[in-house]
Amino acid sequence: MTVITDIPDAPRAARRPQMGNPVLRWLRTNLFSSIPNAIISLVLLAILAKGIVSFVQWGIANAVWLTPANDSSACRAVRGVGACWAIIPEKYRFILFGTYPFDEQWRPALSVLLFIALFYLSTRRAWWRRELIYLWIGALALISLLMWGGVLGLSYVSQDRWGGLPVTLILATFGLAFGFPLGILVALGRRSKLPAIRSLCVLYVELIRGVPLVSLLFMASVMFPLFMPGGFNIDKLLRAQIAIILFAGAYLAEVVRGGLQAVPRGQYEAADALGLSYWRKNRLIILPQAIRHVIPPLVNTFIAFFKDTSLVLIIGIFDLLTTAKTAIIDPAWQQFSVEVYIFVAAIYFAFCFAMSRYSRSLEAHTTSR
Amino acid sequence: MTTDHPRPPPRRSLFGAWGPRELKGLFWQVLVVGIAVAVVAFLWSNTVTNLSARRITTGFAFLGREAGMPIADSLLSYSPKDTYLWAFVVGVTNTLRVAVIGIVLATILGTLIGISRLSANWLLSRLAAVYVEVLRDIPLLLQLLFWYVLMQALPAARLAWRPVDGVFLSNRGLILPSIPIGTPQLWVLSTAALGLVVFYLIRRWQIAQQMQDGKPRKAWPIALGLIVVLPALVSVLLGVSWKIEWPELRGFNFVGGLTLAPEYFALLIALVTYTSAFIAEIVRSGIQSVPRGQWDAANALGLRRSFMLRQIILPQALRVIVPPMTSQYLNLTKNSSLAVAIGYQDVVSVANTTLNQTGQAIEAIALIMAVFLTISLGISFFMNWYNARIALVER
Repeated sequence: MTVITDIPDAPRAARRPQMGNPVLRWLRTNLFSSIPNAIISLVLLAILAKGIVSFVQWGIANAVWLTPANDSSACRAVRGVGACWAIIPEKYRFILFGTYPFDEQWRPALSVLLFIALFYLSTRRAWWRRELIYLWIGALALISLLMWGGVLGLSYVSQDRWGGLPVTLILATFGLAFGFPLGILVALGRRSKLPAIRSLCVLYVELIRGVPLVSLLFMASVMFPLFMPGGFNIDKLLRAQIAIILFAGAYLAEVVRGGLQAVPRGQYEAADALGLSYWRKNRLIILPQAIRHVIPPLVNTFIAFFKDTSLVLIIGIFDLLTTAKTAIIDPAWQQFSVEVYIFVAAIYFAFCFAMSRYSRSLEAHTTSR
Repeated sequence: MTTDHPRPPPRRSLFGAWGPRELKGLFWQVLVVGIAVAVVAFLWSNTVTNLSARRITTGFAFLGREAGMPIADSLLSYSPKDTYLWAFVVGVTNTLRVAVIGIVLATILGTLIGISRLSANWLLSRLAAVYVEVLRDIPLLLQLLFWYVLMQALPAARLAWRPVDGVFLSNRGLILPSIPIGTPQLWVLSTAALGLVVFYLIRRWQIAQQMQDGKPRKAWPIALGLIVVLPALVSVLLGVSWKIEWPELRGFNFVGGLTLAPEYFALLIALVTYTSAFIAEIVRSGIQSVPRGQWDAANALGLRRSFMLRQIILPQALRVIVPPMTSQYLNLTKNSSLAVAIGYQDVVSVANTTLNQTGQAIEAIALIMAVFLTISLGISFFMNWYNARIALVER
């Protein structure tokens, strides 16, 4: 392609001369472009102003930020007028780590940091390699070591005492780490030519997706002991974890299946023509393409799971939401649950918002290509 | 590598049409099904042994026994002396009551917010975006507990808020004026319903006629006659009274009117606001999926804005909107089972209490599954029918 340099620039479309203050101009185009728009803007501004003022009054101006340990009298004095943020410094160790031995709480804290580092690395495109799997295995092993202890001079902490944010992250991450391979297998099974395998997979997916997670968790907590030989029983946390894995597997299978359907037929035929076996064909040719297609919906499913782990509250497992709910049973602080819920909501929001931003950027990346 | 040798003829399989590929397939199927059957058999035999050790008889005979569980809030008349079966029926109606009303309200709110996100008004679209982002990224259970705490923190009945005359908001829940519905009122309502059905049939016939001769036919006089005038006539003839019952504060509680218990109200608000955030995103992407050219073409034809939205944009957007909407409706229905956390007695909560009282774990879970699978199938059936109706008709 030759570059023509001797032709002058085509005259630009004549622009209306822009007059006045740019701020006013922005206001006119964006808020007051027509009379109905102006009315909407004014009403919204009034509501917003009122909301912000009353929140500032309650949450900042009249709020109590710190009180002497275990003394809520200052908070009770402003009840109904101001927020009692003092409950957060008072209770944050319990909310974040539950009943984990107080002096050892650096271990769950470190585990949380490891989880965050692991998630961060997994979102980097440069890390999407086979080594990432080893990294996951290594990190999860290290986290188990930190949480349980019992070696290297770390005292043993049984999982009845785990609680708070690490439990939420464990349930979500292990649910994902085991549910994802399960989902891939089931998705492949659902598209298999073998009728018996196909119908088993359909049965599994539809049964799990047809019932609420709450009933699966009940099943795990109540019926699991019935299913096992007499005397054999496993920990409640592990049972809930199994239920979450089975639940995640069914939903992820449907997402992966969508990706498999998007792989062109020619890819299957080409792989067959190369004489690859079923497993090699899927591992080397089909799955890498299929999963790349569905990364944004996969991330959305992960967000849903992360939120759904809070349902273990119903069967009494100490995740972040349960510790928050337990922290406010204390009669002195009972009336300040709204503040605690806002604190916990902010933690959940931070994780989910980061994931949804990431999913959005991925989507923008795939559609722009 | 040289290929001088002619290719050997394909080997005949020992098993006729059963080549190695088919045999391998058969082997895998037998293996997987065998494992599945073995696992189920193992679990089943354990369960049978465990149940007999605990002296629990399997079967649904317990449904006929007295439940003895209190259910505070129900549409049907219920007392703890009733049977487990009746308790389950009450639980199912409670689930449906929250799910159906929740679906309707979430659809309306979600559509409004989805449209707001596309508004030219910067403030409106930003606020809608913040609403969606915040509600989507916080667990529903947390939101539910939050609303419930707020409900409990409302003033007592004597100090109830009165936003509008006759509406009370207190820690007893939301109390609204109501119209008592008895048999005579039901007659009038069923006349209106019948009128609606007849109108639908007539309208279909009218459209079929219009397709043949191209003459538009008016629908509103028939609609007015069948749905409004006819029931009104029946009402006057039967002398039915439509007196509004205003709630009143007597002592420490309210008398008359319609009471939405705090549990129900909190659950409804949480489900509606949470689901509306997802519906808003679906509506937004549906409208955005209509190509710009369609708007431009409609504008070029000089169509009125309402006509353009109704006849050009909406039919195309709905094709994108309906399938994901179905799964949101299913999610809302399944999420209504979180009611157990705040003590609203839906079917899961009733089943859970039953399970604790009788130990009939398998039967209780089977009932939950049956109820939710039925509801799911019902919603998918309806939405598939609707989807087929609005789908692109290709020639």
